[in-house]
Amino acid sequence: MAQTQNASDRQASIKSIWKTFWILLIVTMVEVGLAFLHLYSGFPGKLLLNSIFIGLTIVKAFYIVAEFMHLGHEIKNLIWTIMMPLLLFIWFIIAFLADGDSWKHMRRNSPSAPLPAEKVAPAHGGGNHH
Amino acid sequence: MDNAVTAKKKWWTGGHSPFNVSYGKLMMWYFLISDAFTFGALLISYGTQRFMAEGWPDPNVVFHSFPFMGHANLPLVFVSLMTFILIMSSVTMVLAVNAGHYMDKKAVVKWLSLTIVGGIMFLGCQAWEWTHLHEVGAWWGRNPFPNADGTAAISTNFVDFFFTITGFHGLHVTSGVVLNIIVLINVLKGTYEHRGHYEMVEKVGLYWHFVDLVWVFVFTCFYLL
Repeated sequence: MAQTQNASDRQASIKSIWKTFWILLIVTMVEVGLAFLHLYSGFPGKLLLNSIFIGLTIVKAFYIVAEFMHLGHEIKNLIWTIMMPLLLFIWFIIAFLADGDSWKHMRRNSPSAPLPAEKVAPAHGGGNHH
Repeated sequence: MDNAVTAKKKWWTGGHSPFNVSYGKLMMWYFLISDAFTFGALLISYGTQRFMAEGWPDPNVVFHSFPFMGHANLPLVFVSLMTFILIMSSVTMVLAVNAGHYMDKKAVVKWLSLTIVGGIMFLGCQAWEWTHLHEVGAWWGRNPFPNADGTAAISTNFVDFFFTITGFHGLHVTSGVVLNIIVLINVLKGTYEHRGHYEMVEKVGLYWHFVDLVWVFVFTCFYLL
């Protein structure tokens, strides 16, 4: 009796592992498919495409951490202990990328800095105020 | 202890782990958090440099080759294969962990061996990709790729970050393969069967999935965006 219960539990857990595998595989295929669609048709636009890529990456990360690493089935104490420090990444990403962008504009507008490529020069030439 | 989980249980009154996991697994999680910050710092500095740059190479131009296909233009195909191999090895790892829960030594050996094979295949793919990029002139400090807008590259940030981050990830895969081999030897020797549980497989499993997780982000940051 206990033996059959055990065996059916095991079947169910193996089934859910393969389900996660298919989700990860399909999401990756969608990403690659969209990249090709963009290459050959220009649709979707770069900004929309990148947003979709980042969204799908987070979906994949969720399934790996929650299912494969089993965190979704641990108790709340552990989930929060692990997730809270990682929330800092939200700030890191916003702050550093904004910093990089700001640097680019400062360099463009600085009269002393050599302009990196002639193609981008005219549109932003002159004016050291920003 | 695992059976004693109820809604009313007081987790912080002592006498048991407030996280309901063993010491070893908890420490593996803490290590992985610190490792996540290391990779996060690398990827965010890559992003910062990219936001700072006036131009950046087009990944579909840089990564367009496939072994034995000569000069065929196949963007993304090879890296998709690498991604598939790593996801597959993550699945075999979690199947090994699952078999360990049921004390099924034969199945643990089978799935863990396949995980090691997957890891070695991934490293082989990476070695090929690095060799290929080196042949076309890319290396730390050498950037042969023009920017996506057609202007000449003025910095080597792209190649520097690419080799540093994929190299650091490859190093993690390598140490993961070594750890998996050590654990496989112990499984074969019967160490865990004697111990009464296969928790060691779970711990290296956590590490292995983390390596897969990092690859998901590297894949997006370098090949898709």
